[in-house]
Amino acid sequence: MAQRRGMEVSIAVSEAVKLANVDVISAYPITPQTHIVEHLSELVADGELKAAFIPVESEHSALSAAVGAAAVGARAYTATSSQGLALMHEIMFIASGLRLPMVMTVVNRALSTPINIWNDLSDIMAERDTGWVQLFAINGQEAVDLTLQAFKIAEDSRVLLPVVVNLDGFILSHVIEPVEMPDQEQVDRFLPVFNPALRLDPDHPVSLGAFGSPDVYMEVKKQLEEALIGSQKVITEVWKDFGILFGRSYKPVESYRTKGAETLLLTMGSITETAMMAVDALREKGQKVGLIHLRLWRPFPFKEFFQAIREAKVLAVVDRALTPGGMGGPVGLEIKSALFEKTDRPYVAAFIAGLGGRDLTQEIFTEMVEKANRYARKKKEMRYEMIGVREK
Amino acid sequence: MIAEDLNVFKKFTPKTLPKEEPLVFGHRACQGCGEVLALRMVAKAIGSPMVIVSATGCMEIISSPYPQTAWAVPWIHVAFENAAAVASGVEVGLKTLMAKGRIPEKKITVVAFAGDGGTADIGLQSLSGALERGHDFVYVCLDNEAYMNTGIQRSSSTPFGAMTTTSPAGKITAGQTTWKKNLPAIAAAHNIPYVATASPAYYLDLMNKAKKAAMIKGPAYLHVYSPCPTGWRHGTDLAIEVSRLVVETNIFPLYEVMEGKYLVRKNTKPKPVEEYLKQQRRFSHLTPDLIQIIQKRVDAEYERLLKLEGMTAKAESKEGPKEEVKEE
Repeated sequence: MAQRRGMEVSIAVSEAVKLANVDVISAYPITPQTHIVEHLSELVADGELKAAFIPVESEHSALSAAVGAAAVGARAYTATSSQGLALMHEIMFIASGLRLPMVMTVVNRALSTPINIWNDLSDIMAERDTGWVQLFAINGQEAVDLTLQAFKIAEDSRVLLPVVVNLDGFILSHVIEPVEMPDQEQVDRFLPVFNPALRLDPDHPVSLGAFGSPDVYMEVKKQLEEALIGSQKVITEVWKDFGILFGRSYKPVESYRTKGAETLLLTMGSITETAMMAVDALREKGQKVGLIHLRLWRPFPFKEFFQAIREAKVLAVVDRALTPGGMGGPVGLEIKSALFEKTDRPYVAAFIAGLGGRDLTQEIFTEMVEKANRYARKKKEMRYEMIGVREK
Repeated sequence: MIAEDLNVFKKFTPKTLPKEEPLVFGHRACQGCGEVLALRMVAKAIGSPMVIVSATGCMEIISSPYPQTAWAVPWIHVAFENAAAVASGVEVGLKTLMAKGRIPEKKITVVAFAGDGGTADIGLQSLSGALERGHDFVYVCLDNEAYMNTGIQRSSSTPFGAMTTTSPAGKITAGQTTWKKNLPAIAAAHNIPYVATASPAYYLDLMNKAKKAAMIKGPAYLHVYSPCPTGWRHGTDLAIEVSRLVVETNIFPLYEVMEGKYLVRKNTKPKPVEEYLKQQRRFSHLTPDLIQIIQKRVDAEYERLLKLEGMTAKAESKEGPKEEVKEE
């Protein structure tokens, strides 16, 4: 069994990419993604990773080159953040539309303007509808494990879709955490060499990226939708296999102290562990509080979500992105929409917090729980509330 | 670096043209399209094994209406501005898989095609990046001098005076008010091993240049003049004639830049530009004064090209051929 040791999470992620035996890495530097690609380029330069590193001239080209590499059957990887992801936006749809497996780490960071290098989820939430599988890591170990799993999910012939692994900028990417790096041999057993059925091969020519008229466009989109929904079955299988091999198991929706809980916090990403501390403290005081966090965001795990909240009376949903002029935040919107079909549903208090790196402390989660309970008692009609913002 | 094979490079003759047709019949190009001719000739000259990357544009649309395809070779289209970046990934991907023994080791030519909009405007950054990184690929700009696929809007490659739907011949301005961006010069400024211009009227020259571009190791840039009867408003039987006149008038001189050394196809008795301009209704509004301005510019550009040839030839004889050669 591999040993746990302290590692910067970015370095651990790049070591996981190395373990995954990628063939092509194409990347463009952006804070706070840089440590990942710097370390990967070192590994390539030292010959420790037998891969090609394409130092492209933009994120748009980073993803375009990854698409080209994946199209010839290479295992492709890239990483980015914030503006870089926004620049990739156009190609995000094309990568999934072409059904090309690849993995991208998004080190989540706020979008301009004002320009801000700190963490929130506004970058990835703007890519919600691009057809990628989207996973969220809450700590360094998860970031490593999800990276390895992402390749296996993406390359499964029932899926053939690109996968994003999200990890929070700085507050996760730049911290040193105890991480257990799997052995190469074990990883090789878990993740065999990528051998796609279809690729750009002169001996078996295919045309990729054809022009689709109104006559075929909807069918292609429907196939993509079905593949994305269907990927959850594969994701579950991959997590099961991973658990058997590596002893760490994963679920689409994780529950923390939910037994008998009437109020649940709902989080995503690394803020989850801080929110868990708030839950612990409230439990100490005898309050019936628990937490669920979404590891899988796309496809949205409806069944597991309903299962996880079935006893809850109040849900306090934490969003770290804004949908200006709308329902407040994408997660709150998703949760409310999902619950709409249920007649017996919990009260949902949607909060937006932690934008642009604004600190999210244990006290803030406590405040959210208190407010959610109060609003639920009053049956307050609310769309959302922004927490921790100065009004003057 | 120039490939060894180039020393034994045998030029095509009408009798030795390859039989292979990477781009087959049945595509949906307009009647009399000069671009699709150029595309076919380049693909034919390079031949299998090859992988083609296409930018969005006329040639992409007309050759790939799902569920049909006119491509008998592997072909991928991703977006408008990124053909060079996609080709980078294809080239590196193939090379890496060969190095790892996952696919058989052989020379597979990676060719990126884009129009003038996809090259001179929206795709210039991705092209520059790919040329600078030194990928072993051929980039072909099929220049029909405007955004034809979207309905004849001006690009930075539209010639001075040409009327397009966004550079109309109005009461104040007479068509395009700027001079055509010099893309081969921009490509050459990257110190890549091979840059050439070609015209489909000189089909052997075009095909030989395409073959040479494919044989050369490293990036090669081919700028191919591509008449568009629909956008240029000329007869559908005139694409070849127009693409001969453009060379004979020195408006589009044929030349190569091999390892920094210019080789210009000489034309000492150029025809007046008017002969070229009068065939196309996109120039029909031009006054004699404007035609004179164009004539002067064309003469000056051609002179400049000859000077570049003299200068780069001299550099070689004085200081040896390696002076300007880029490391590979």
